[in-house]
Amino acid sequence: MPTPAPLIEMRGITKSFGAVKANEAVDLSVAPGEILGLLGENGAGKTTLMNVLFGAYAPDAGEILIQGKPVRITSSADALAAGIGMVHQHFHLAPRLTVLENLLIGIPGKAGRIDRAGGLARLAEIGRQHGLTLDPDLAVSALSVGEQQRLEIVKALFRGARLLILDEPTAVLAPTEVDGLFSALRSMAAQGLGIIFISHKLNEVRALTHRCTVLRHGRVAGRVDDPANTTSAAMAQLMCGHEIVPPARGASTPGADVLTLDGISTSQHSGTALRGVSLAVRAGEILGIAGVSGNGQRALAEVISGVRAPDAGQMTIAGQNVSRFSPREVQALGLGRIPEDRMTTGLVTNLPLADSMVLPRIGTAAFSAKGLLKPDAIRAFAEAQIKAYDIRCPGPMTRAGALSGGNLQKALLARELAFDPKVLIVSQPTRGLDIGAARFIHEKFLDMRAKGCGIIVIGEDLEELLVLCDRIAVMYEGRIVGTLDSADATIARLGLMMTGAEGHS
Amino acid sequence: MFRLEVRTSTPAWFNLALPLLAIGATLVLCSGLIALAGAGVLEAYGVMFTASLGDSYAITETMVRAAPMIFTGLAVAVAFRAKFWNIGAEGQLLAGAVASCFVGAIPMPGPLAMVLMAVAGAAAGAAVALVPATLRVKFKVDDVVSSLLLNSVIYYALMALIEGPWKDTFSGYPISPPIEDSANFPVLLEGTRLHLGVVVALIAAPLIWFLIVRTTLGFRIRVTGENPEAARYGGINVERVLLSTALLSGALAGLAGVGEVGGVHFQVMSDISPGYGYSGIVVAMLARLNPLGVVPAAIFLAAVMTGAEAMSRATGVPAFLSDVIQGTALLAMLVALLFTAYRIRRVGAVR
Ligand SMILES: Nc1ncnc2c1ncn2[C@@H]1O[C@H](COP(=O)(O)OP(=O)(O)OP(=O)(O)O)[C@@H](O)[C@H]1O
Ligand SMILES: [Mg+2]
Repeated sequence: MPTPAPLIEMRGITKSFGAVKANEAVDLSVAPGEILGLLGENGAGKTTLMNVLFGAYAPDAGEILIQGKPVRITSSADALAAGIGMVHQHFHLAPRLTVLENLLIGIPGKAGRIDRAGGLARLAEIGRQHGLTLDPDLAVSALSVGEQQRLEIVKALFRGARLLILDEPTAVLAPTEVDGLFSALRSMAAQGLGIIFISHKLNEVRALTHRCTVLRHGRVAGRVDDPANTTSAAMAQLMCGHEIVPPARGASTPGADVLTLDGISTSQHSGTALRGVSLAVRAGEILGIAGVSGNGQRALAEVISGVRAPDAGQMTIAGQNVSRFSPREVQALGLGRIPEDRMTTGLVTNLPLADSMVLPRIGTAAFSAKGLLKPDAIRAFAEAQIKAYDIRCPGPMTRAGALSGGNLQKALLARELAFDPKVLIVSQPTRGLDIGAARFIHEKFLDMRAKGCGIIVIGEDLEELLVLCDRIAVMYEGRIVGTLDSADATIARLGLMMTGAEGHS
Repeated sequence: MFRLEVRTSTPAWFNLALPLLAIGATLVLCSGLIALAGAGVLEAYGVMFTASLGDSYAITETMVRAAPMIFTGLAVAVAFRAKFWNIGAEGQLLAGAVASCFVGAIPMPGPLAMVLMAVAGAAAGAAVALVPATLRVKFKVDDVVSSLLLNSVIYYALMALIEGPWKDTFSGYPISPPIEDSANFPVLLEGTRLHLGVVVALIAAPLIWFLIVRTTLGFRIRVTGENPEAARYGGINVERVLLSTALLSGALAGLAGVGEVGGVHFQVMSDISPGYGYSGIVVAMLARLNPLGVVPAAIFLAAVMTGAEAMSRATGVPAFLSDVIQGTALLAMLVALLFTAYRIRRVGAVR
């Protein structure tokens, strides 16, 4: 790809949060028609840098040039006016308004009236050009996550973005949706748009991007000029500063069933209900639950955690019927849980990290006696885990919400593993984590497996499941359509089963 | 140009600085109204200060007024910590007053009467608070609306009582019969109205602080308030925590009513509370929901109320100014709270 004059150039950007230097003298440029990958470990400063570009943060030093001219971007309105669009990890949409209304927010109409016809025409045109079709009259709350993301992209194009920033767009997508996103991005680049793409999945980066900038500890650690012909291992080395070897899953001899589900069904409540799910996890085994998210995984995790009682069927832990047990009771029997959604069902972001770390076991003798907390024990526990798991934070009294994604995940892992669970239920354990952190988490799971823990991993990332799991069950529309030994499983076969085709085991 | 930026941590000194800032801003803003009413600003504030905190008698009067607001402030602080939006401290106070008056009128030894008055008042307040909490837990009814509306229900029930069965047959005034003399709370300083209830209020604040910060119930209240989903998954029975919080909050508000009956009025009348339940919300917000902060915040509002009456007599500025100051203080504090979550940054410093 020839390099014409850069569309956007960031020079010497520095941004600190108190003592933390999130960005230090970062240079970055994107040419028209170029897809730039922005890589780096969790907390390397990728999001911060993009927020500076998008006007959400004012940099402490440095300048931004658009087509060679210095500009001052002090708000997202400035950024949009300068032709910069950003798709955040958390979408900024009005859920009750329709697709078209969301597009027209903030766009001046003709003589105070909303230009509906014009909007419809633009929407149809953008859809045709890049394959980004959306029903204009559907309410946003009725859209899938993938469609909401598409709307965010269309919104940016609608406002005339010439540079599009996507912060970990694939973390929320199913594998099939990723393909659609990529072809849209390629088509946009072909028309001369610049794109900045953030992802922790190196195979995606290699497939999509033309060039990469790698950040480490807020500084530019290096650049990759030909990602397609660079190995993931080499990129990982740039990101982390050392080599990352995938963990080896040795053979194991599973013991007795530690958790069984027999004909579990739930009522339609929120999301897909379970329809007669039966499965068993043995001690010392990792069972994967593959499936496009939204096929009942949430209900499954809720039933196993005791948050939701099944309407029919029976669940046992270590042989004991626990179908009607509360979350506290299943915990007491040795169930550990690492939720998919760290911020909403896992941690209390506004309270000190230590509080989140002892939350599930606050009533036990370890952390309280006769209704009184043991503040020293709580603090000591949190400090010990912070050390053992290398959780990067100023200390146990830091607000949990201030930690980066990888560190939050380590904290959740630490709080469960510290109590040697017999069964562990985990959803999307490495979503949004850099490969070093993901590697660390995988190792911990394998350690637990060796210790005789039965682990259920719910996930969409088939490669991850194949590395980690002994057996993989596939879920579709609230049912288990089949279970494969991972020796027999291939991505193609699992992918087929995930669309509802019956499997055989 | 300036803009707001999200903060990750709040410096500790903010806890002190913000309320002071809010109070300062309030006094500045309200000075405009005083000037409008044709009085000297400094003179008016001077009168307010002397009348409320100028000598030891004034201080005891201010403390007597602060006591019910310490209780309602604690009631609101506890409830808001759990995000149980109890706007009903006023009704719970009135219920506490009625119950304790009822018990206090029964002849029995004084100390026993006082204890039973407190128990009855707390129980009545708790029972009232349980209504919005139950409605919310069982039927998802908005607790702001239900607890607020219940205030009127309780108020009119009280009116029915003192206009009906309790009406003073001798004078014909709508006031309840007085409690037994032996049940009157002892006065601690000769020649003042400083009664036992004030001391109980001052002791209650650190106790509630301890409960919130150092007990498992307090932990569950805080976690439930901040993130009910994480609490539920973490094995906390969120519904039970909300109901417990409501009981505690209502009991505290009920005790405010007990103090007014046992220590100040010795009977129940329609204006036994000049809105102490609502002032409790201002107090709790000024205290940033910290039970220890409730004491100075309540004393501040009490001083404003006492001072405003004297100022009105001396300068002719309407005593309503007290309400304006309260309202402004609440708004100022809400604005100040913004600074705990955001910082103001000057932008345009690029390059
Ligand atoms: N608003 C903030 N206040 C204080 N510190 C912050 C803030 N935002 C980010 N940080 C810190 O700045 C550093 C960079 O964070 P940033 O979110 O940019 O990382 P990232 O590369 O996007 O990581 P991830 O891959 O986990 O998304 C981290 O140490 C983070 O804790
Ligand atoms: Mg990020």
